[in-house]
Amino acid sequence: MELKKDALYAKSHEWVVIDGDNATIGISDFAQSELGDLVFVNLPEVGDEVVAGEIFADVESVKAVSDIFSPVSGTVAEINEELQDAPEMINENANEAWFIKVEGVKEKADGLLSPEEYEVFCEEEA
Amino acid sequence: MLIFEKSRPGRGISALPKCDVEQYTLPEDDMREADLHLPEMAEVDLSRHYTELAKKSHGVNDGFYPLGSCTMKYNPRINEKTASFEGFTQVHPLQPAETVQGCMQVLRETEEALAEITGMSSFTMQPAAGAHGEFTGLLLIKAYHLANGDPQRTKIVVPDSAHGTNPASAVMAGMEVINVDSTPDGLVDVDKLREICRDNEEIAGLMLTNPNTAGLFDPNIREITDIIHECGGQCYYDGANLNAVMGWARPGDMGFDCVHLNLHKTFSTPHGGGGPGSGPVGCKEHLAEFMPGVKVVDENGILAFGKADSSLGEMKNFYGNFLVVVKALTYIKMLGRQGIPEASKNAVLNANYMMNKLSEKYDIAFKPEVCMHEFVMDIGRQAKETGVTAMDIAKGLLDNNIHPPTMYFPLTVHEALMAEPCETESKETLDEAIGVFLALNDLAYSDPEALHAAPVKTPVTRLDEVGAARHPVLRYEF
Repeated sequence: MELKKDALYAKSHEWVVIDGDNATIGISDFAQSELGDLVFVNLPEVGDEVVAGEIFADVESVKAVSDIFSPVSGTVAEINEELQDAPEMINENANEAWFIKVEGVKEKADGLLSPEEYEVFCEEEA
Repeated sequence: MLIFEKSRPGRGISALPKCDVEQYTLPEDDMREADLHLPEMAEVDLSRHYTELAKKSHGVNDGFYPLGSCTMKYNPRINEKTASFEGFTQVHPLQPAETVQGCMQVLRETEEALAEITGMSSFTMQPAAGAHGEFTGLLLIKAYHLANGDPQRTKIVVPDSAHGTNPASAVMAGMEVINVDSTPDGLVDVDKLREICRDNEEIAGLMLTNPNTAGLFDPNIREITDIIHECGGQCYYDGANLNAVMGWARPGDMGFDCVHLNLHKTFSTPHGGGGPGSGPVGCKEHLAEFMPGVKVVDENGILAFGKADSSLGEMKNFYGNFLVVVKALTYIKMLGRQGIPEASKNAVLNANYMMNKLSEKYDIAFKPEVCMHEFVMDIGRQAKETGVTAMDIAKGLLDNNIHPPTMYFPLTVHEALMAEPCETESKETLDEAIGVFLALNDLAYSDPEALHAAPVKTPVTRLDEVGAARHPVLRYEF
């Protein structure tokens, strides 16, 4: 698994990079490999509110549809529209294929993990 | 080759009867602007086209079909015979009741039989399939809470092992889903459920399959339904797995308030292309006043159509897929009081026989001592050791004339193959299938590439599922 060094991870397998009031969110390399080939990504709209620990997007693989949870609360400032046409970008490089950018970050979800902690967590999961 | 590619202008068949009613011309505004594209073929070519398609596909009549939670049992020929009686086929839904008393008797007797089997008090035949039945059941629950002045009850508790349609139906019914995790044994976590429900006045109800999708009968079922009732919720039984328990355990006695059944699963009517489906919904007395559609009632010895007092409306036109109901009633009558529980007993016996033989080489998820009518194999170990996944094993089965089990479901098992052999399979068929499964396991270790390449003997080989999902072509371009 390729870890994203500057990110925090949720146990529901999202990564978040927080920079002051702004945050960028994607899913982990572990998540994309467990899900298999992704075929569809459903993102929120710019201006939507996301809430820490609650669903903000979903992805569909050939196996299943999975909910994606937000590691932070805030307002959607930007969405990665490219993913909607090319969900394979997530399989190719989950650490770069961000889903949304959030501004006005108010709070973080409980229990976010460092990359090292997340790696251990995934080993226990597998 | 598609039927549209075989079409030639001017060809056709004369299977349609002459029009014997007055013809009527539609107003200009309602007319199509362009001609309708219909394939034009001679009868012989049409017949060959569909025979060719049938040869390329795999159905219950071609070979073993252990598709878990789908109950692909054999569809007895006698069902087709009764459903083709003219008294059932040459009727119109708007005919006066006194001229269709036989059809109405079918609806009434099916309702009584299904109520007896499930422990419910009334049934509607309107829902056209399982998910439609779920939606109907949830609307019943919603109507009940609204009538009780509880509009805030909008949350539905769904276990993580549930059929994917459960949360989808809940959302369609305007409800919000609360997931409850399973225990490591694959059952509902009763403590977590209690926590969710404690003094929670937003709980509308629970949706549950019992036995669940791991083939396990939840021994805490009465406690589970009590917890929901104590906080004011209603309990909905997803009848997808009724084939394990019919004649042995009734959802009504387990504490459920309403259920849907799949006549195309449990009651031997055809699935899919051979359907249509039918997903009758049953409920107990306290929900009956909200039931949709028509209800057959006895008025001085004559059957008549009535309606529930506070009916939530129509879920489908008229009486649902009536001929499917005829087939299901035929099945119920043919089996009778003795045969119904015997069918379930044999379904469970067959599943346990297969599970025990396969456990020699395959890991069984949750390791139950006994399973119900289906069981889940976990291919995780093979995937780690050989790279052969549940998908590869499934493709290997196709080369052996076996339809694969349900794959990657339940979601609680990552490399799941969920097999349900059904009561209609002989020991010889089961032994043959077991042999194939065991041989595929060995092949995974000796030649994994062969399984990555499978299937090679089918009319079409490994499909590009990712490409099809990313760039679907859903209609023929003229």
